[in-house]
Amino acid sequence: MSDEDMMDDEAGGGVVKKFLYVNRKAPYGTIYALESLEVVLIGAAFDQDVSLAFIDDGVYQLTKGQQTDGIGMKNFSPTYRALEMYDVEKLYVDQDSLTARGLNAEDLIVPVEVLNTTQMAELMETQDVVFSF
Amino acid sequence: MKFGILVNEGPYTHQASDSAYQFTKAALEKGHEIFRVFFYHDGVNNGTRLSVPPQDDRHITNRWSALAKEHQLDLVVCVAAAQRRGLLDANEAKRNGKDADNIADGFRISGLGQLIEAGIQADRLVVFGD
Repeated sequence: MSDEDMMDDEAGGGVVKKFLYVNRKAPYGTIYALESLEVVLIGAAFDQDVSLAFIDDGVYQLTKGQQTDGIGMKNFSPTYRALEMYDVEKLYVDQDSLTARGLNAEDLIVPVEVLNTTQMAELMETQDVVFSF
Repeated sequence: MKFGILVNEGPYTHQASDSAYQFTKAALEKGHEIFRVFFYHDGVNNGTRLSVPPQDDRHITNRWSALAKEHQLDLVVCVAAAQRRGLLDANEAKRNGKDADNIADGFRISGLGQLIEAGIQADRLVVFGD
């Protein structure tokens, strides 16, 4: 990443807010998933209370066995496994989105907490900052 | 109230940038503070000074530049997203060995930390995108 040098550790001034990154798009086809992950990684340096939510086609970002050679793109899914090292450990996945796509938590590359729609809404309600990608 | 604004889509194809502009302008007119407008994803393309829309259409980039000048707005373009899409200021052009830059007046290039900082400092961060 090219912009670590532009971070400012003093920017937060000791404030800790609840940040939620809502990932709604498939990992390939558009750049939203990849660039969302870049924000998460940079944001981790600010010591905020970070959660990630995966909704709609966003659940595909976490599926096991991604094979991207045929589309000439980098498979960035291993990065989700590294999030733990950045103290990003709260990953939430929408139950209905999994079910609609024939997936369950065992199909995903990282441990997640599966939430129903009501629980997801409650999670969002408690946040200070919600990034939607 | 102090707002942070995130613009995730480029000009003309999506309405997100127009909506972000209208919101920002309206908030300022109501006496609110805009801590920063951050441009990400294709949103960085709002910052090119080389766009030439038809004369009877709105000029999205010039409109942002004028609003920034009037209200000392901080318009920040994400460096990583900008480099992917060919949006450069003079420093970045030189650093990357390019023969031109194209950033518009009132915009500056910086890192994603500026977006996180906007989230921390603003009372509300409003996202404009698809």
